[in-house]
Amino acid sequence: MKILVAVKRVIDYNVQIRVKEDRTGVVTDNVKMSTNPPDDNAIEEAVKIKEAGKATEVVAVTVGEEKAQETVRKALAVGADRGIHVKIDGILEPLAVSKILQKIVDKEKPDLVFMGKQAIDDDCNQTGQMLSALLNWPQATFASKIDVKDNKLEVTREIDEGLETIEINVPAIVTCDLRLNEPRYASLPNIMKAKKKPIEEIVASDLGVDVSPRLEQLKVEEPPKRKAGIKVANVAELVQKLKNEAKVI
Amino acid sequence: MAVLLIAEHNNKELRPFTLNAATAASQIDTEVHAVIIGQNSADAAKQLSELPVVKKVLSVEGSHYENFTAENFAPVIVKLAENYSHIICSANTFGKNLMPRIAAHLDTSQVSDIIKVISPDTFLRPIYAGNAFATIKSNDAKKCVTIRPTSFDPCESTGGSAPIEKVDPSEEFSNTKFIKREEIKSDRPELGTARIVVSGGRGMQSGDNFKLITEIADKLGAAIGASRAAVDAGYISNDHQVGQTGKVVVPDLYIAVGISGAIQHLAGMKESKVIVAINKDGEAPIFSVADYGLEADLFEALPQFMEELNKLNTIQK
Repeated sequence: MKILVAVKRVIDYNVQIRVKEDRTGVVTDNVKMSTNPPDDNAIEEAVKIKEAGKATEVVAVTVGEEKAQETVRKALAVGADRGIHVKIDGILEPLAVSKILQKIVDKEKPDLVFMGKQAIDDDCNQTGQMLSALLNWPQATFASKIDVKDNKLEVTREIDEGLETIEINVPAIVTCDLRLNEPRYASLPNIMKAKKKPIEEIVASDLGVDVSPRLEQLKVEEPPKRKAGIKVANVAELVQKLKNEAKVI
Repeated sequence: MAVLLIAEHNNKELRPFTLNAATAASQIDTEVHAVIIGQNSADAAKQLSELPVVKKVLSVEGSHYENFTAENFAPVIVKLAENYSHIICSANTFGKNLMPRIAAHLDTSQVSDIIKVISPDTFLRPIYAGNAFATIKSNDAKKCVTIRPTSFDPCESTGGSAPIEKVDPSEEFSNTKFIKREEIKSDRPELGTARIVVSGGRGMQSGDNFKLITEIADKLGAAIGASRAAVDAGYISNDHQVGQTGKVVVPDLYIAVGISGAIQHLAGMKESKVIVAINKDGEAPIFSVADYGLEADLFEALPQFMEELNKLNTIQK
């Protein structure tokens, strides 16, 4: 079984986001970037499945600017076998990304495609579901447990009401939740080794996909700030404030 | 053209956020039709027809719809979509799972998780865990929009009498099989709609200690929330998680206990009307959004809190 894992480069989850003064977006210059956190879970799961002898190859793919390749290199350092970087500048909508990934799937013919359930920058939560629609494959979103069984996967999904278990036939798409596993750190020797692993570079425009934006971002603003609150001295004061001042209990 | 609302239900009754999504739909266009897809869902369809904002109900029945599988739902909605300008549903796990599948089939760029309808083609949505708000205009002919339910009031639930029209089911998608759903049943209010939420974080130190929170929640008629750290540590099940990748809650009162306040958690609760933080670390970021902060050891503060509540003559429910 061959697993394709899609990874995205985003602003690191620990960075305090700042909105640009001209309101065209958020500040990304000189800001720490990382792999989208649940994409790390997707790579980890694919590598674990390979280590368990149930997959033969793990291919990491990213779509984005020059520096997006760092995310593929990181995936190679934690166990992916080779990488693909589809080069394109500018902001891409999930629909465009899923169309590009569809082309990569046509070319690579993986049995499974894994990715994070949501990117923490645009918070769209769309790409995996869109890709599975375009391929007409089954989708297991928000996966917190995956059991590989021959040509099927049993996947536990995190849903609002609790947990749901489904069985999907391969080929299939799985979008990964943060609770799926504990991503490993890359060791120094593996980081060195990853430098020798191949990354194929593809120019997005060669794929013949319409990636023109359908959405216009008219402006980006700071959310309204909460006004500063107070510290109370003890529990009795807290309860009194809630009862008599805020009148919520 | 009219707006098509996708109803969320459990085959017996509507799920509450359908009413919030109906409000959002009615802000886009007054002609709102609602589709309900399920098995033996006639009672829920009737309930839907009673929402005054809904002008027509489309009911689709089939055994393969019993478990709300997106692969089965999407083709029906894609077929109906030709008559509609917008497809709307809630941005909870039901809508998040389903809507992109519809949007891709329609070759539409979805607008996810909106918090405001500015005009029929322009919407406000949070990005970066709510640290920025983006105003987005959709230039697609058909628009697929998911709405953040807590940002819209529920619509009236009675008084309407929309006609219910049957629609033919689509074929079953055979590569996805539902196995089971483990729902945690509780008599407490639902986290997403509760007036008061009491949440615990890593500071609770164990699942057993959550009983300190449970007691207070029961006394206040509150729902129980948790930070991701507490869920990851196994103190409490995932359906309680509040935050960027969990649930977004906007209660009148949110009490955060032993929660440091990572931005990912704040994303799920900082719109709450009144926020209380109880934490022994006075520097914890949760205090920056708290209206009332109590710097204290939660293992002393929570029993005292319970005592103080017991002293009150009345507690609002």
